[in-house]
Amino acid sequence: MALLEVSDLRVRFDTDDGLVKAVDGLSFSVDRNRTLGIVGESGSGKSVTSLAIMGLHRNTGSTTVSGEIRLDGEDLVEASPERVRRLRGEKMAMIFQDPLTALNPYHTVGAQIIEAYRVHNDVSKREARKRAIDMLGRVGIPQPSSRVDDYPHQFSGGMRQRAMIAMALSCDPGLLIADEPTTALDVTVQAQILDLIVDLQAEFGSAVIIITHDLGVVAEVADEVLVMYAGREVETGAAREVFGAPRHPYTWGLLGSMPRLDVARTERLVPIPGTPPSLINVPPGCPFHPRCAYPAQAAAPCDSEVPALLETGPGHLAACHLPAAKKQSIWAELSARTAPSRARHAKTGPAAPGSVSEVNPW
Amino acid sequence: MTTFIIRRLITMVLLLIVVSMVTFGIFFLIPRLAGQNSYELAAQYVGRNPTKAAIMQMEAKLGLNQPLIVQYGHFLKGIVAGQYYNSGTARTWCGPPCFGYSFRTQQPVWPQMMNALPVTASLAIGASVLWLVGGVAVGVLSALKRGTVFDRLSMGTALAGVSLPIFFTGQVALLLFSYKWQIFPNVQYVPITESVQYWFSNMVLPWVTLAFLYAALYARLTRAGMLETMGEDFIRTARAKGLPERIVVTRHGLRAAVTPILTIFGMDLGLLLGGAVLTETTFSFPGLGQFTIQAINNQDLPEIMGVVMLASFFIVLANTVVDILYAVVDPRVRTA
Repeated sequence: MALLEVSDLRVRFDTDDGLVKAVDGLSFSVDRNRTLGIVGESGSGKSVTSLAIMGLHRNTGSTTVSGEIRLDGEDLVEASPERVRRLRGEKMAMIFQDPLTALNPYHTVGAQIIEAYRVHNDVSKREARKRAIDMLGRVGIPQPSSRVDDYPHQFSGGMRQRAMIAMALSCDPGLLIADEPTTALDVTVQAQILDLIVDLQAEFGSAVIIITHDLGVVAEVADEVLVMYAGREVETGAAREVFGAPRHPYTWGLLGSMPRLDVARTERLVPIPGTPPSLINVPPGCPFHPRCAYPAQAAAPCDSEVPALLETGPGHLAACHLPAAKKQSIWAELSARTAPSRARHAKTGPAAPGSVSEVNPW
Repeated sequence: MTTFIIRRLITMVLLLIVVSMVTFGIFFLIPRLAGQNSYELAAQYVGRNPTKAAIMQMEAKLGLNQPLIVQYGHFLKGIVAGQYYNSGTARTWCGPPCFGYSFRTQQPVWPQMMNALPVTASLAIGASVLWLVGGVAVGVLSALKRGTVFDRLSMGTALAGVSLPIFFTGQVALLLFSYKWQIFPNVQYVPITESVQYWFSNMVLPWVTLAFLYAALYARLTRAGMLETMGEDFIRTARAKGLPERIVVTRHGLRAAVTPILTIFGMDLGLLLGGAVLTETTFSFPGLGQFTIQAINNQDLPEIMGVVMLASFFIVLANTVVDILYAVVDPRVRTA
């Protein structure tokens, strides 16, 4: 059994405008030492999923969470809020997008780590402080024993995110959720933070979920990828499978709209037409069909029949009505058109096993 | 931190000098701009149907015939070093801080103000404790129980508190608690040095009346601040750590929400120390507010100058204290 198993997760908000189906039947699992990347546009339900796992969604009467979230076998959906609170920080931790606003400006960085450590560990302040200094050192903050008394505004952006990571990992949680951990950072710092997460994962053996819209990030660190659209999963599988041989038009769109360094500047990016659908009135059938270029070639009516998540390769699932052969040929054509190097990938199929970062995401 | 405080104190003194110049300018220059000369000005202080000689004598005695800058110099010198008034046998020493003598009553201004100050201070300080504790507590609870009966009820009361003027609530309080039920009969100011018990029992109604207005304001401000703070990212982080909600609210929420309240509190208290005009009038307390009103009614320039300087001193002082406190409370201000 995996450390975190989510099955048929549904999160709904009852608003004045109607019922928002923010997450609509999501299933996935992550094990220790593995990294799952959840990818999708804004409003696809990525962050809601992570907040629901942490029990941090607005706990008002208008929000309903159903399905199962099993952490170490324990169902978090059924558990009492008090029980989930105790698990938060101890068994599962989270780091957020903007470390400046996520850290409390009124308390020192050390005090905030000490606080996180002492909620779950019955230790003296002195011991907790030692732990905080130790953690700050491990995330690569120089002179941790003096920086521990600094306030967040005295840290640089990258250091703040390091401090957030130190705080999240202070109780050695089995599960680390990183919600857009590099989005608010300088490009040069982004890589450092990702490396740090990868290194610390190896050290602590945690399961990591990285939520992002940046495919480069996912390609660099994720073992598995889950592509979300309109609160549902549209494609999932091993990272090199999903990026090397994507089997869903939405994934093609995501990959096509990403800038690359190895293609001439004259090449235009191909955006996905249209906008993400309203989660109150999700289009019937396949939610992506109004923006999809290929409904005509599908094997079933895309605008009425919801495509099931079917296996298209070993451990690789996609929810699309296009026939398998069609998908292969469309992808081959797409990748050949914009990048000769990618066509090579497509022909050889899944890349040889190797470090994840070798996989070219497009 | 020390340089920060020293810098603030220097600013405070400079600010007070500017205030004194402006006030002096307003009260001494404007009658002249309006076409009144020093002779006509002096005529106001001599009594009915004065002789020309008497007016001239008064003009010389008050120094009204001297150039403005000289008069201002005298005024400043009196405050800093004290000075002599009159001449010959009537010559008297007015020690610092000397705000001169009342044009009307010939009494020195400073001791009069010092008599009125304890009344206003008792009123302002007592009420401020009440409204700060009450207003913030109600505001926080309202924010946490947003939309409940408690929230609606307290915010409704707060709306009433903000809208009802003190001379109304004060009269109602007097009517009910003093005349009808006789819980606090015959409200009048009793100095604390005379009897702590009577000082206190006579203060209750004015305190509550004054505090009600401010508490209502503070409850609404605190509620708004708290609602905003509880939506901040760092509150989500605090929850993500697994902190109990009680600690999330107090250690992370309240701390940030209360900081802006501190600024307003300092300003309000400083303002009130210069005279709580409405409350003092409603309850007939001989405080600085009453003193100010009399000074203005009498066109008694030294008294007006004195009370304006004292009031602005309190406001500037409160501002400085708030700035220094702010640096203590908010680490981001310290380095700035």
